[in-house]
Amino acid sequence: MKELLQVSASPHIRSKRDINKAMRLVIIALIPTLIFSTYLFGIRALIIVLLSIITSVVCEAVMERMLGRNISITDGSAILTGILLAFNLPPGVPFWIPIVGSAFAIIFAKQLFGGLGYNFINPALAGRAFLMASWPWAMTKEWLAPVNGTLSGIDGITSATPLNLLKNAANYGDPHFVIKHLNEFATIKNLFIGKVGGCIGETSALLLLIGGIFLIIIGITDYRIVVGYLGSFILLALVLPTRGSLLFHLFSGGLFLGVFFMATDWVTSPITKKGRWIFGIGCGVLTMVIRVWGGYPEGVSYSILLMNVFTPLIDRLTRERVFGEIRKGKK
Amino acid sequence: MAKGFSGGVHPHEEKYTEKIAIEAMPLPKRVYIPFSQHTGKPALPLVKKGDEVKVGTKIGEADGFISSSVHSSISGTVVDIKKYPHPVVGESLCCIIESNNQDEWEQGVKVKQNYESLSRKELIEIIKEAGIVGLGGAAFPTYVKLSPPEGKKIDTIIINGCECEPMLTADHRLILEYPIGIIEGAGLFQRVLDAPRLIFAIENNKLDAADVLKKEGVEVVILKTKYPQGAEKQLIKAVLNREVPRGGLPMDVGCVVQNVGTAYAAFQAAKYRKPLIDRVVTVTGDGIKEPKNLLVRIGTRAIDVINHCGGYTNPPKKIIFGGPMMGIAQFTDEVPVIKGTSGIIVRARAQTFPEGPCVRCASCIDVCPMGLMPTEIYKFVKNRRFKTAKEFGALDCIECGCCAYSCPARIPLVHYIKYGKAEIRRTEKK
Repeated sequence: MKELLQVSASPHIRSKRDINKAMRLVIIALIPTLIFSTYLFGIRALIIVLLSIITSVVCEAVMERMLGRNISITDGSAILTGILLAFNLPPGVPFWIPIVGSAFAIIFAKQLFGGLGYNFINPALAGRAFLMASWPWAMTKEWLAPVNGTLSGIDGITSATPLNLLKNAANYGDPHFVIKHLNEFATIKNLFIGKVGGCIGETSALLLLIGGIFLIIIGITDYRIVVGYLGSFILLALVLPTRGSLLFHLFSGGLFLGVFFMATDWVTSPITKKGRWIFGIGCGVLTMVIRVWGGYPEGVSYSILLMNVFTPLIDRLTRERVFGEIRKGKK
Repeated sequence: MAKGFSGGVHPHEEKYTEKIAIEAMPLPKRVYIPFSQHTGKPALPLVKKGDEVKVGTKIGEADGFISSSVHSSISGTVVDIKKYPHPVVGESLCCIIESNNQDEWEQGVKVKQNYESLSRKELIEIIKEAGIVGLGGAAFPTYVKLSPPEGKKIDTIIINGCECEPMLTADHRLILEYPIGIIEGAGLFQRVLDAPRLIFAIENNKLDAADVLKKEGVEVVILKTKYPQGAEKQLIKAVLNREVPRGGLPMDVGCVVQNVGTAYAAFQAAKYRKPLIDRVVTVTGDGIKEPKNLLVRIGTRAIDVINHCGGYTNPPKKIIFGGPMMGIAQFTDEVPVIKGTSGIIVRARAQTFPEGPCVRCASCIDVCPMGLMPTEIYKFVKNRRFKTAKEFGALDCIECGCCAYSCPARIPLVHYIKYGKAEIRRTEKK
């Protein structure tokens, strides 16, 4: 008998982009920021990132082995989680912090919920929230001033990150004086290029913006979440009673890291097009609400985590319009 | 005004044969003509073992309204009527004819007829008798499309020359080489349906074909090269900005879409009384020595066609009938070319795509031209929740393959949805 030919259902071709490639592209988009952060905060920042990556990958492999799953560490998702978690840590944290945090992220937030594709919250943000709740002193006090810059981005004020200054201006001198300096062009410029204190991966708005736009152009990141997030954020920054200017709010804190690299996480954001708008807008609103009225100076990570939890509900309530379906209200 | 539809993908075109002229393939020694080559009921056999047949002899009679007659494509003797591999349904009743190498045509065929004076009824009858079906792939009997029920007014006929499937060039070559016949055939459709407007739709990767048609003075609409531009509903949306309602037909929005090959076949039927006994097939792929566009008699086995193209480069791993996006993989190279076979693609390398977990990237949703959520339907089918799959529009799926093509987790979404559709239909029948 002749050898039978291979049969399979159509289509018989696939696009070149698989999960591994997509993950690699996201990692590439983060590399400029990593290099810049290493320059700003020294080799210490790089070590934290590497520790976080190694722990993530090891935990992933061990968990998958124990749970009888295929070992999938080559797909790059654990590496990405490691990088993102480290990017959310202050550069001065003790070295055990990234290890504990990424272990929590992979073991509890990702693998115990079923591994890649099944986690309902962003593992990196879950890891950060866990660290914030357990060791707040390490997560809020261990800032380092960048080379040739100050923690606040303002000459003369060396302590406290910009958003901290905005929230607690009175603790650092004459509030009017402090706020005035925060909204100055020089400060905004420092914020934009990243000559300012903050978490390892959040300082340079410029580099994050470049990486984020790169991902939108090549079609990995969905523009709806980004536009929804930034749009609602900008609107509220103009409307809500805050002493920070629009540009100050845009370039300070972890906004761009959150908008371009965490809110847009495939697994934990809605799949419907309408849902992605709602998700993005929700993130923007919550971020600004926390910044203005919340107990924390920064609201990016908690807003995204909260919206992650809403994702299944958003997906359920929004649905795509099927071709040829007659819209309600139309004849 | 932008001409388009939402969704779709851009696979590599790989149209290697677009510059190669159509060549008539020498007659095969034997043909294997299935009685079912169309949507609808199989034709009823009219011949038996030992009968002599000529080219164009009707060997199968249409059975019911949605069916089509079948004709002999060579002259010779019926050597057997039995089950034989079929490119679409796996196996079906087939008439095997041994050639006498004479190529004698049935009386009256190939004689020029005066068809201008024929009435609409006569034209429909001729197209029905000639066994003409849609040559784009679905093989829906053409005369049925030309007989809309009372009260359905058709205002526009779209002649589909998109050929959006990668690798295929049969329609492209046909337009370049036989534009007059296509236009005449399209004119017949227009007369039959009394439609005021006739539009030729061409993708902008075939501007030479568009120019040829424009020179003849017909209305040509040039569309973006995007798959699946040639899908009936998407084409109507792109050309006329009309949306065929869910579960509806193009005639519900006053349209009829016909493939260029079908128009050409209708022209040949009217002018020469020539039944549908051959078609243009693109033979291509890395497993083929000399890729070609061939005029092939219906019933010729794939292996005979491939041998005419210099044979295999390497032992074949996969043979696809149709295009790479919607074509059907064959288990043997002995299946015959049928009316709906637009291409034969031979792959010398086996390609498998291991299925990963869905990462909810939603690219399947973004590319679905029907506005469906393939990943949701796939999950419901996997969990045997067929009712919910139906609620999510599983039956609206046109199986174009955009979702599975773009899925980074390599989930064979179309495979799951096809299975789900079959299960939904099975339970509904009960």
